[in-house]
Amino acid sequence: MKRTKITVAVSGLNNMDSPGPGIPVIRGIRESNVFDARIVGLAYENLEPGAYMHELVDKTYRVPYPGEGSEQLLERIRYINNKEQINVLIPNFDSELFAFVKAADILRSIGIETFLPTLSQLDERHKANLPAFGKKYGLMVPFSKNITDASEIEKLKDDFDYPLVVKGKFYDAYIANNKEQASMYFNRISAKWGLPVVIQEFIQGTEVNVVALGDGKGNTVGAVPMRKQYITDKGKAWGGITLNDHTLMELTHQLIRKTEWRGGMELEIIRTADKKLYMIEINPRLPAWVYLAVGAGQNLPEALLKLALNMPVAPFTEYAVGKLFIRYSYDMIRDLPAFEKLSTQGEL
Amino acid sequence: MEINKNIAISETGFVFDPSTGDSFMLNPIGLEIIRLIREGKTQEEIAALITEKYDVEESAFERYFYDFVSMLKHHQIIQEHEKD
Repeated sequence: MKRTKITVAVSGLNNMDSPGPGIPVIRGIRESNVFDARIVGLAYENLEPGAYMHELVDKTYRVPYPGEGSEQLLERIRYINNKEQINVLIPNFDSELFAFVKAADILRSIGIETFLPTLSQLDERHKANLPAFGKKYGLMVPFSKNITDASEIEKLKDDFDYPLVVKGKFYDAYIANNKEQASMYFNRISAKWGLPVVIQEFIQGTEVNVVALGDGKGNTVGAVPMRKQYITDKGKAWGGITLNDHTLMELTHQLIRKTEWRGGMELEIIRTADKKLYMIEINPRLPAWVYLAVGAGQNLPEALLKLALNMPVAPFTEYAVGKLFIRYSYDMIRDLPAFEKLSTQGEL
Repeated sequence: MEINKNIAISETGFVFDPSTGDSFMLNPIGLEIIRLIREGKTQEEIAALITEKYDVEESAFERYFYDFVSMLKHHQIIQEHEKD
């Protein structure tokens, strides 16, 4: 079958100890039998490894952080698009999604398709809004509270037992065993990710995750559950295995049906000893371990491209159970001019 | 007693529970006992077969067997029927 040539812009090239999903998404696209893709990397930092992985990324452009202003980011995308004629853009950071969702119509007007959640989907599943989300969709979620000031930590004992979980609005989560630790994590997280900081009830159990893709009409295009087998000190999976769990799959299908979720998502769930499933977080994008789904038979990045391009997509009905991923680190050797080029010209 | 139906047990004694992702290694005797459970043998039948084949007192075997079965139940590898 002749593959369709397209150009795909992808962010999240930070393939480091807490990796972004960019490189795994690109690996899925590279393995597609449908698309012959030119990959344009969007890098926020000069040393994002993906920028130097030329077997996966054809060309990389530096882009400004969304925090510096959506208009600057959009202007840079326009410039890149003039050179590259991008067909689809896949943003992979939580922190940039708001800007790209808001700009979806403008992007489409210059020929760039996206397949992202709606603004209201993005907002209501936000971890600061999780209790209301759980109530609306009939999910068990841990009790949580948003705080904006360190002085509120003293009063947490009225609503929580220790340990409790201190979470950043985009990333990071720490288990605090006492108010001193809660204070320390509050300061660390608020300095990095801003306010509010989310305080969440600690649920004892086993964490299981699901990567899924919704078509925006309530249908699940694909979903693969995984349990982390090896976890780094940052709580990231360094190894994981696909599971056969009907209750998890049913929960995922129901959630996508009720929310009419559009795009990739990752569900973070705690299964307690009495087999109750608590939703602790919903990430509105494909996760860094999405290549496990590809390896297990569901090429979700390819399916995401099809959805973005309004092509027919047959839902995946199966995946291989007991498929493992084992992450590794690898030192690339590159010459200084490559770094210099990306640093000074913003392109590589 | 019966092995939970979704549990995968390999010829080498590697046990995998696909619903939790847990995996375990059985030693050769453990594997032999698991096979007997899978064949539907009762505890008494298993005790008779093992004590006949190996140099082990029945009372000692019972103690080890009880520990082993407790561990299998704890990890949800086997479940017990009402009549057991």
